[in-house]
Amino acid sequence: MAVKNIMIVGVGGQGTLLTSRILGGLAIEAGYDVKLSEVHGMAQRGGSVVTFVRYGENVHEPIVEEGQADIIIAFEKLEALRYAHFLKKDGALIVNDWRIDPMPVVIGAAEYPVDIIENLEKEYNVFSVNATEEAKKLGNSRVFNLIVLGVAAKHMDFTQQQWHDVIKNTVPPKTVDINISAFNAGYGL
Amino acid sequence: MAQLKKVIMLGNEAIARGAYEAGVKVSAAYPGTPSTEISEYLVQYKDSLYCEWSPNEKVAAEVALGASIAGSRAMACMKHVGFNVAADPVYSISYIGVNGGLVFVVADDPGLYSSQNEQDTRMVALAAKLPVLEPSDSAEAKEYTKLAFEISEKYDRPVVLRITTRLAHSQGVVELCEPCTDTDKPYVKNIAKTVMMPGNAKLRHVVVEERNSELAQAADTMAINRVEMADTSIGVITSGIPYQYVKEALPNASVLKLGMVNPLPKQLICDFASKVDKLYIVEELDPVIEQQVKAWGIEATGKEIFSLLGEYSANIIRKAILGEDVDAAQPAQVPGRPPILCPGCPHRSVYHTLKKLGMHAAGDIGCYTLGAVAPLQVVDTTVCMGSSISSLHGMEKAKGREFIKNWVAVIGDSTFMHTGINSLMNMVYNNATGTVLILDNSTTGMTGHQDHAATGKTLMGDATYAIDIPALCRAIGVKNVVTVNAFDTALLEKTIKEEQQKEEVSVIITKAPCVLLTKGKKPFCVVDSEKCKGCGLCLKPGCPAITKQADGTVKIDDTMCTGCGLCESLCHTAAIKLVKEG
Repeated sequence: MAVKNIMIVGVGGQGTLLTSRILGGLAIEAGYDVKLSEVHGMAQRGGSVVTFVRYGENVHEPIVEEGQADIIIAFEKLEALRYAHFLKKDGALIVNDWRIDPMPVVIGAAEYPVDIIENLEKEYNVFSVNATEEAKKLGNSRVFNLIVLGVAAKHMDFTQQQWHDVIKNTVPPKTVDINISAFNAGYGL
Repeated sequence: MAQLKKVIMLGNEAIARGAYEAGVKVSAAYPGTPSTEISEYLVQYKDSLYCEWSPNEKVAAEVALGASIAGSRAMACMKHVGFNVAADPVYSISYIGVNGGLVFVVADDPGLYSSQNEQDTRMVALAAKLPVLEPSDSAEAKEYTKLAFEISEKYDRPVVLRITTRLAHSQGVVELCEPCTDTDKPYVKNIAKTVMMPGNAKLRHVVVEERNSELAQAADTMAINRVEMADTSIGVITSGIPYQYVKEALPNASVLKLGMVNPLPKQLICDFASKVDKLYIVEELDPVIEQQVKAWGIEATGKEIFSLLGEYSANIIRKAILGEDVDAAQPAQVPGRPPILCPGCPHRSVYHTLKKLGMHAAGDIGCYTLGAVAPLQVVDTTVCMGSSISSLHGMEKAKGREFIKNWVAVIGDSTFMHTGINSLMNMVYNNATGTVLILDNSTTGMTGHQDHAATGKTLMGDATYAIDIPALCRAIGVKNVVTVNAFDTALLEKTIKEEQQKEEVSVIITKAPCVLLTKGKKPFCVVDSEKCKGCGLCLKPGCPAITKQADGTVKIDDTMCTGCGLCESLCHTAAIKLVKEG
């Protein structure tokens, strides 16, 4: 199998690490070679963060480069726009339809781009979901990332059971049920 | 050795596992991205080893040295700039050598994800005459850690395990092994080896050169210096993470992968160079391999086509060596998203107060360095751990008391314990009059919440005495020590004004725990859009949870807000209200 390239992009603190670890666990359980690359430290403090997951027969480079991503999972729409050019021509862009203003926008030094999702749809295969609102309906706005992951899962070759098993092994024990519900909500959309 | 199972591990986690499997008895460290997690992952093996947070890297290196002299395998872990702090002992430990194996794990940060410079540890190791191993993925991180201890003991050399951010923070597949047992050696009194006074050190220097020369000989046949012969039109010498980029970009090229980058295997390199038509050297940061290879008269291409800056990638190598451009869409022009202080961060409240007072701050290393970023922009200087206090002192000595009347030094609690205390002693000793703010959030925040000497808990989770920072300041002679709640902006403003008037050193401790220390649902603020006049006062501290809407009124994102109440205290029209339960 050709190496599968996945990127998870978002704002520091949105849970990109948890999501990439679920993906990494899934790939190794399925018997693949896998590499993940994460961001820690200062860059994580509310900044733009990107995590890479690569799996297949034999993975060398731990990062995904421009034009190589099969799937980009974006937890925030400006970050989807920032990294969209990393997608392959036929890649899938999963976007949380959620806006977090970066500081240059907060202080009026820059404008938040308008119609991001509409514009991305003109060039890419976009699958958008307002996961933050969906998560609030489930009673915990912080599990939005599992909803987005559920949407992304439909573009990958793992069974729903495989996903459930690895989620159970990755998230804190007390949060297994809510995370599985969130994943299912995304998967069912 | 029995193989246990395959797991996926962060590079740092694999180093911790390697240390455990190598039978390490003592590990000491000060947190520093990207090295922090090594110590955090070591804790799980606490039944068979001891690990600690030391107040700084110099102390950590000396703790490890002591353990080694006593006869146990030991290591100290730090980021590249921490290696500078440890440099004083490290250069002389190089002469002493080891009894139990001794390894310094040093993490460089090409691309400056979380650092103040981009220095190359291999240069420091060269100057200190230390062997350097460099793994290229998690599996090697574990194996090289074990090998480092073997080399250390076999050649009587402390060994540097050099990693970079990309290795430290990438996960890869690792095969677990059983730990070594019986690695301990007896202590043998040997003054000539362990007392570095001139007469002894002179003789030890001879040993250092002899042992390094033996190691250089052995390097030619070491398994971790590996030739992968393929198409001979292109040959690449590389090491560490760049090896992975080379394999991705040039799958058919011949590669000499160096697992040990100091000393270099001269014969192996000469042989490899003679077998390929065109030789490239691919190494991030400084041309450490390249300069030595070229000094031997070998023709090679390196920094002529590769940058001295930042990280590499397969695309960069394709472009530089093959002239291939990337086939991808152009990036969109979008506003940047630099790192910022979190919503509810107590530092924001302190900086907002300083800004209101028109103050400048000599800054330090930690989350609070972000006080230099718009809209706060209060921090004028940041250099290294502890430098805020000493540089404020230097300003006063240069320009006088009047000049620093609108200046303070700001330093975090962990950084103060690291090296800030020395600078404060200097202020007292040399009759300074400046004001120091210790932003005490009860943790080492930036690196992900590690304990330190003033938190009351050790790395291994044991309760301990929490050094009393106000008492410590008084003990070294600071007469004016005031503690203020970081969110009490009115009291903080009054206190800063008062302390600035005093003609002696003042320390103001602004206390409030890091907002990320407590998990779970937090209260949040809401805006009454009827009452909001759109004045923008609440936007001034730059809280990312508050945004201005098209109609000029503000909105608070309840998924981000933590209910710190700073914006509520700033609102003149009582439009912002705290909601306790969501």
